[in-house]
Amino acid sequence: MTTFTLLVNGTNHSFETDPATPLIFILRNQLNYTGPKLGCGLETCGACAVLVDGEAELSCTRAASEFEGKQIITIEGLSLNGNLSAVQQAFMDEGAAQCGYCTPGIIIAVTGLISKTSKPSDGEINEALEKHLCRCGSHANVIKAVKRLTAGGPNID
Amino acid sequence: MTSASLEKSPNVDDWLTVSSDNLITIRTGKVDIGQRISTSLAIIAAEELDIDYDRIHVERTQTGVAPDEGVTAGSNSMEQSATAIRAASATARHHMLLLAAKALEVDVNTLEVSDGLITSRDINRSITYSDLMEGKEFGIAVDTNAKIKVPSEQSVVGTKVVPKGLNEIVTGNFQYVHDMTMDGMMHARVVRPPHYHARLKSLDENKIKKLQLEGVKIIINGSFIAVAHEDEYRAIKARDRMAAAVTWNLADGLLVNDLYEALLSNPRVSHQLVDGVPDDEPIPKLGNPPDEATKTISARYEKPYIMHASVAPSAAFALAEASKIKIWCHSQGVYILRNSAAEALGMKPEDLVITHVPGPGCYGHNGADDVAFDAALVARALPEIPVLLKWTREDEHAWEPYGSAMVMELRGSLNRQGDVIEWSHDTYSDTHSMRPFPGPNGLGPGRLIGSRYMDPSVPPTPPQPTGGSHNGKFRNQDPLYTFPNRRIVKHLVKDLPLRCSSLRALGGYANIFALESFMDELSLEANMDAVDFRLMHLSDIRAKNVIEAAAEAFGWPGNNSKGVGCGLAFGQYKNIKTYAAVAIEVEVTDNAEIKLRRAVIAADAGHVIDPSGLIVQLEGGVIQAASWTLYEQVLYDRGGITSRDWDSYPILRFGNVPSIKTILMERPGKPFLGAGEATTGPTAAAIANAVYRATGLRLRRLPLTPEAVKLAALS
Repeated sequence: MTTFTLLVNGTNHSFETDPATPLIFILRNQLNYTGPKLGCGLETCGACAVLVDGEAELSCTRAASEFEGKQIITIEGLSLNGNLSAVQQAFMDEGAAQCGYCTPGIIIAVTGLISKTSKPSDGEINEALEKHLCRCGSHANVIKAVKRLTAGGPNID
Repeated sequence: MTSASLEKSPNVDDWLTVSSDNLITIRTGKVDIGQRISTSLAIIAAEELDIDYDRIHVERTQTGVAPDEGVTAGSNSMEQSATAIRAASATARHHMLLLAAKALEVDVNTLEVSDGLITSRDINRSITYSDLMEGKEFGIAVDTNAKIKVPSEQSVVGTKVVPKGLNEIVTGNFQYVHDMTMDGMMHARVVRPPHYHARLKSLDENKIKKLQLEGVKIIINGSFIAVAHEDEYRAIKARDRMAAAVTWNLADGLLVNDLYEALLSNPRVSHQLVDGVPDDEPIPKLGNPPDEATKTISARYEKPYIMHASVAPSAAFALAEASKIKIWCHSQGVYILRNSAAEALGMKPEDLVITHVPGPGCYGHNGADDVAFDAALVARALPEIPVLLKWTREDEHAWEPYGSAMVMELRGSLNRQGDVIEWSHDTYSDTHSMRPFPGPNGLGPGRLIGSRYMDPSVPPTPPQPTGGSHNGKFRNQDPLYTFPNRRIVKHLVKDLPLRCSSLRALGGYANIFALESFMDELSLEANMDAVDFRLMHLSDIRAKNVIEAAAEAFGWPGNNSKGVGCGLAFGQYKNIKTYAAVAIEVEVTDNAEIKLRRAVIAADAGHVIDPSGLIVQLEGGVIQAASWTLYEQVLYDRGGITSRDWDSYPILRFGNVPSIKTILMERPGKPFLGAGEATTGPTAAAIANAVYRATGLRLRRLPLTPEAVKLAALS
């Protein structure tokens, strides 16, 4: 057991826990941020994504202590003030979720993407979402939501 | 109009309650699994009650409280639960108007309702639903003849609403069973044998003692083994260490004969179908083609085992207190689960209380029931301790009940005019129905995987042929086309290697893949356009309309040149539910990969309640079925299932999602038709038909991988 500190959604938290514990279990079980989801525990589905210094990263295998000194934002952190972020609003407008289990990870990925490039190409969108699995088939509406966000309107073909 | 739902739950109070601030709680036996049924039910209730949609709360389904509506399956929820809730809401509104007339001392015909506020046109006084009903029961039966609104009176139905739960989903606040907590809870994991037939041989007691000294709870019940710890990560680690402390008796392992050969040659029980319904008449022989036949062709289509592959592994929360066990889980049928699990545990059904809490989309009978039973076994061993048991990714991939492998053998004959004058379709398959229904003959417990391993163990329930119309393996086997001389035969094949149950569309996916591929093969023989050929063999105008609408919106026949091709296919789910035509354009790359470029869906789901939700279901069906069709097969060897993660069981990713355009036919006033499964079969055949036009290769064995394309090109 060692002590380490994590900056999550703007607040510092100290932990006395096995530092090898993957970040997701700290977020979910100690901080009650259950938005990041455990889907595989193998970094192969994207459900556990969080923003780390603005980049979407997976939280299900890497030790929590590796994230010390970094700014971690979970899906809950995107709307801490009660207002939806632009990405969240776009997902609302397009109804871009079904069961929703993969949705937080996808919203995090899209948030990371558009923070780097406000007008991503189709290739860049696919690349950002490539490791995110959705089994319900909400993909078409997710892509519409991203286009709505980046092109100023829904994708009408 | 009456229904089974209303026969079991005949009273208004079974379905809805009015509380303060005009909030209405509706209860349903149909659970939301991401298909947005709660949104549709809330729309229906808001419409008939003349109340704001946002005031409708859909309560969690709990045994002993919610109406028992069987299983959320078969695209039946709208017809069953929505019909009941519509009648209950209309009855409630009428009743409250009578109460209001009395309270306001006015004629009931002078009353109007707006958002639950009842006002008389004659006097300047009003009263709310809450004023009349808060804390009270209606105490009346649902009037199945209560006047319901006609389409021209509707203001909520058919409009765009915010789906129930969507705000919570996008903010990360939606509570899945995986997110449940309780003071003093423990996290549990199951230590699985390598495969179905392995049983516990020996345990390393030293390793077990060490774990116990570290505070790990070890549950050993026959060959059912689990671990639990307060800390989730330590529970996961303990599972790995416990696995190393167990030696399994592997017995003979899984059967690894050629699967498709086994489907055709294993012992089987066969029935012929007449109008989609099996009978007990002798199986008609496939004789010579009719004399007037100018062409007769045959083809065999094959589909492997596929899995539900929910993105969240199944999970359940359980707490054993005194003689009762409470379970929270994402089962699609809490009542049937309760009854079979209680029987397996030797409990009275009422001592088991099961509450539905959302889980991942399940698309049929995945691990949701099994994990609930596993959690009950763990909770019973750890009384008074709340337990959250999560299956791992490997558990879900390797232990869920799969969609059966299937073989479809078809033969068709044409006359000189290109009419189909004879049609034969044999379907060979394992069961598609192994949900934990109680009985018959005490067989319910054998449908839960944990019962095979506990002590005393329960043998797996042997599959039985199912009757009814368009069920299981024979779903959509009998085509909607106007063919004379049909020979439709289903075969329940025994002694197959993997555990099977219901997966979205059941046999309908593979049967439509086969019959709609074969329609294209026959249209070529007839020298006819594939769309014209279908229209020529249909009398149902609504079927024709969706095909015509899809073809027109798609620009049929589309671009068919140099590795690019278009295909179209049709199906009416179970021949009674949503009509769907799907057209798809594909590109087959130099590496033999099939890229989905664009798709058009035309669907007739009757009167549309929630257009956005309907489109999501139809498009989600196309995307999921495209994944099955292009990528998916459960692989195994003697040592067990080898498709144990997303690398060994790949599914479709964002990079191969087509643009999709969906056309909904307007059918105001027509009965609403279940739609969640309607596009799956047509998608498979549309892709195969498109690949044929792109390459000249007719692929009849799923999935349509690059290897399958290359193999077809070589032969």
